[in-house]
Amino acid sequence: MINSKKYIAAFTITAIIFGTAIYVSNILGQKKLEDVRAIENRVALDILSSETQFMLLEETSCKDIGPGFLSKELGSIGERLTYAENQTELNTGDLEYLKRSYFLLEIKDYLLMKRLTEKCGIKPTFILYFYSTKDVCEDCEKMGYVLTALRDRYPDLRVYSFDYHFDVGAIDTLVSIYKVKSDLPALIINGLSYHGFHSVEELEEKVPALKALAAKAKALEKSATSTSRD
Amino acid sequence: MVEIQTFILYCSLFITLFFEVFLLITYFEVKEELGWEDKYVGKNIKWFPTVTIIVPCFNEELTVESTISSLLNLDYPREKLSIIVVDDGSTDGTRSRLMQFKDRSQINLLWKKNGGKHTALNLALELVKSDLVGCLDADSFVNTNALKKIVPFFDNADIMAVTPSIKVYNPTTILQYVQKIEYSWGIFLRRMLSSLGALYVTPGPFSIFRTKVFQELGGYRHAHHTEDLEMALRLQKNHYKIVNSHGAHVYTTTPLRFPTLFKQRVRWTYGFLNNVIDYKELFFNRKYGHIGLFILPIATSSIFSTLYLAARVLWNNLSSVSDTLTKFQIIGFSWKSPTFDWFFINTGVVPFLTLSAIILTFVILYLAIKLTDGQFTITRGVFYYLIIYVFIVPLWLAKAVFSTVFKRQISWK
Repeated sequence: MINSKKYIAAFTITAIIFGTAIYVSNILGQKKLEDVRAIENRVALDILSSETQFMLLEETSCKDIGPGFLSKELGSIGERLTYAENQTELNTGDLEYLKRSYFLLEIKDYLLMKRLTEKCGIKPTFILYFYSTKDVCEDCEKMGYVLTALRDRYPDLRVYSFDYHFDVGAIDTLVSIYKVKSDLPALIINGLSYHGFHSVEELEEKVPALKALAAKAKALEKSATSTSRD
Repeated sequence: MVEIQTFILYCSLFITLFFEVFLLITYFEVKEELGWEDKYVGKNIKWFPTVTIIVPCFNEELTVESTISSLLNLDYPREKLSIIVVDDGSTDGTRSRLMQFKDRSQINLLWKKNGGKHTALNLALELVKSDLVGCLDADSFVNTNALKKIVPFFDNADIMAVTPSIKVYNPTTILQYVQKIEYSWGIFLRRMLSSLGALYVTPGPFSIFRTKVFQELGGYRHAHHTEDLEMALRLQKNHYKIVNSHGAHVYTTTPLRFPTLFKQRVRWTYGFLNNVIDYKELFFNRKYGHIGLFILPIATSSIFSTLYLAARVLWNNLSSVSDTLTKFQIIGFSWKSPTFDWFFINTGVVPFLTLSAIILTFVILYLAIKLTDGQFTITRGVFYYLIIYVFIVPLWLAKAVFSTVFKRQISWK
C-alpha cells in the first residue's frame, strides 16, 4: 500500500526549502539593489556638492578644488550594475531604474568635468563608450576589457559607458551631438569618434590624448627607475 | 529558450531535493527496525531451509577459488547447502582452478559452451531441488554469516527474494576507494528501497530466491546484459516481494581502472534503461506501489537530469574559460589582488537550492557510511568520492543513453 502521507510530507519539506531559497534570494537581491541605490545617492550628492563648489569657483580660484572634487564611485556602480544584469533573480524594474539614474549621473559628471576643464585649464581625457545589450555584441565585451585595462593603467582617464539602445533621452542627445553610428562598440575620445573594436595598443597609438597619457606614464616610470637606481 | 532551460533546471533541483527528503523520511521511519535487525537477525535460527548457490563463471581464474572457498566457509549446516559451479566456456585457467573442488560432495561442477551468464544460471536452475536458490558471481566473496542473515527473512511466506549488502573487496586504487563509498551509498539506498517494497535489482552477488520463483516465473533472460535487474522487475511486476538484508555482507572485486569501470557502468545504465522500457507498464501505475509510482520514474528521470546539470555546468565552465582566454588575448595577463565584496557573490535561488541539495547529500552520505561500517569516519575514500565521482558519472550515463537512443549494442566486459 502506498503511504501518501510520506509523499505529502516530502513535498511539503521540499516546497519549504524552495520557498526559503526564493525568499532569502529575494531579500539579498533587494539588499544588493539598495546597495547600488545608496551609492547612486552618494554620487548624486557628490555631484551636487561639486556643482555647488563649481559655482563658488566663479568667486574663488581653481586652487581650492580638493582631490575629492569628483566622485570616485561611479566606476563601482557600473561594475555592480553589469554584474546585477546577469542575475536573473533581481527585479528588472528596479534594475532599469538604477541603470537610468546611473547614466544620468554619468552625463552630469561628464558635463561638470568639461566645465571644470574649461575653467581651470585641466586636461583630463574623457572616453564616452557606447555599447549594446540588445543585440549580441562580442566586440562590446572585448572593448569592455580594453577600457578596464586602460582605466587601471591611467587613473586620470574618465570612462563613461552608455547602453546605446537604453531608453534615456539624454543618451539619445549625446548620440546625436557626437553623431554616434549604430556600428557598435563606439568610443568618443575628447570629441573624436572611433567605431568597432580597438586594442589597447591601437588606441594608445591612434588616439592623441591616449598617446600623451602613455608617454607621460613612460616618462614617470623612467624617472622612478632612475631615482631608485640613484 | 532561456525560460525552458530555467524550468528544466528548477524541475531537476526539485526532483533531487524531493528524492533526498523522501529517503531521509524513510530512514527515520525504519531506523528502529535497522537496530533490531542488527541485534537479532541471524541468531537462534530454528529452521534452516535447504539452499543452492549457483556460481556462474567465465574467465575468472583469479577469483573463483576464493569465491567457492568463501561459500564453503559459510556458517550454515553443511547438509543444507549445496553449490553448483557453471563454467560458461572459460578460455583461461578457470577450469583447472575448478578441478580442485571436483571431489567435494557439496559442489557440483558443470561445463558448457559460452552462452552468457543467464544461460549458465538456467542450466544450473534445472538441477536445483532446494527450498532456496541464489547466485554468487565468481568475483565476489561472502561473509561467513551472510546466509544466516538472509534466511530468517524467508520465515515470512510473502517474501520471495532477499538481497544482500555489497561491499568493495580490498580497495587499492583511487577508483576503488571511490567505488567503496559509492557502494555504501548503494547499501543505504537498497535498504530504504526495501522498506518501500521498491527494489529493482536482485544483484548477482548473493541474492537469494525461493526456488518456486523460477518455477513460476521462468528462468533468467539475456535482458540487455543485466539479467539481475530484469529478474527483480519481473518479480515486482508479479507482486513478488523482495527485501534487503543490510547485515548480510558480500564483498565484490571492482574495476581497478577507468576503462573497465566505464564499460561496467555503461552496461548497468544501458540495462536499466532498456529493462524499464521493457517494463514500462509499471510506470506511474498505483497497482505496483512505490516502485511504479515513484522509484522507477525518479531513477529514470535522474539519469536525464544528471546529464542536463552536467552539461550546464560544463557549458558554464567552458564559457568562463573562453572569456578568460579572450581577456588574456586582448589585454594579456593582468593580476589584481582579490578583494571580498559580498555584492559579487551569487545569491540567486539556484545556488541556495544547490547548497541545500549538497547538504542533504552529505547527511545521506554520513548515514550511509554509518549504516555500512557501523560508524562514520572520514577516510580518503570520502575525499576521492567527493572530488571525482561527479565528474565521471555523466560519462557513462551519456554513453548508455546514446547507445539506447541509437540502439547500439554494448559489450559485457
